[in-house]
Amino acid sequence: MMGDYPIWLIIFGLGAGSFGLRFLFLGLVGDRAMPEWVLRHLRYTAVAVLPALVAPLVLWPSATGGQPDPTRLIAAAAAFIVGYVTKSIYGAMGTGAAVMIGAAYWPF
Amino acid sequence: MARAQVMSSFWRGVRDGIPFLMVIAPFGTLFGVIATEAGLNVFETLGFSVVVIAGAAQFTAIQLMSENTPVVVVLVSALAVNLRMAMYSASITPHLGPLPLWKRAFVAYFLVDQTYAGAALEYEKRPDMGLAEKFSYFMGIAMPICPPWYVFTLLGAYVGEAIPAELGLDFALPIAFIAMIAPALRTGAHRAAALTATLAALGCAWLPWNLGLIVAALAGMVVGAEVERRTQR
Repeated sequence: MMGDYPIWLIIFGLGAGSFGLRFLFLGLVGDRAMPEWVLRHLRYTAVAVLPALVAPLVLWPSATGGQPDPTRLIAAAAAFIVGYVTKSIYGAMGTGAAVMIGAAYWPF
Repeated sequence: MARAQVMSSFWRGVRDGIPFLMVIAPFGTLFGVIATEAGLNVFETLGFSVVVIAGAAQFTAIQLMSENTPVVVVLVSALAVNLRMAMYSASITPHLGPLPLWKRAFVAYFLVDQTYAGAALEYEKRPDMGLAEKFSYFMGIAMPICPPWYVFTLLGAYVGEAIPAELGLDFALPIAFIAMIAPALRTGAHRAAALTATLAALGCAWLPWNLGLIVAALAGMVVGAEVERRTQR
């Protein structure tokens, strides 16, 4: 599947685009201020894009042929709850991983 | 004296960056594992981490490529994940904007979540820092963060094949993102943005080429910005 992709085009395209975003203001805008409404939308980019990416993967994982999987749902919910309550990225990752590993090696 | 101050700023940056190894090591290794599992060779995997140097965007690209998404959608989606870098760039410009162009280019290349967070907090805490000190602090903090990103990616690419399939490694990425998002939902506006984006992504999953991701992200951003505007009045 990956063989069909122009991998290096994607790598350098992403590299150029990412550098462009990082250089945008530092390099080109300088001291001029940005409109407040632009900044306000940019502030929510990360918390919007990442959940949108994750939600279908949690509900319809490709590893199970798109069928909802109790283990993955529980792992996702546990990771979210621990992350939300404790504000700890590692705690959340560890909890999610523990559920997945536990389910894989549970003897019953 | 001035030179000594610049050097001590560099080493203070290195010291402040070291705790971030705790994030870089697992995420870098994970990227190496996922990229090679998806079919990239070691050189391509390392190329991603050196050229793109943005964890979330790299993970997004790999995920979409393993779903056979068209190239344009892979690029647009991964760059959408990276839009926050423009925010970082805007926010750090008042501090590092007066540097010569080639130094600003270095700063831009190394501007990632951790270097931005560390440097921005330091500049706020020490407003009397000079331009040279600010630059060396930034380069200092980048040292324990960016080169280890390459090294751990490589490590993950080599150990990846040793990890058994029944562990459900396909789910490591969703778990990693959930772990990053959940602690970031600090305000009602953040929660509204995330909830809107989640529901919209599920509702728009039927759209071709993963365009549902873009639609859902835009919907989440609009709702987040609107909630912030209303709650701050």
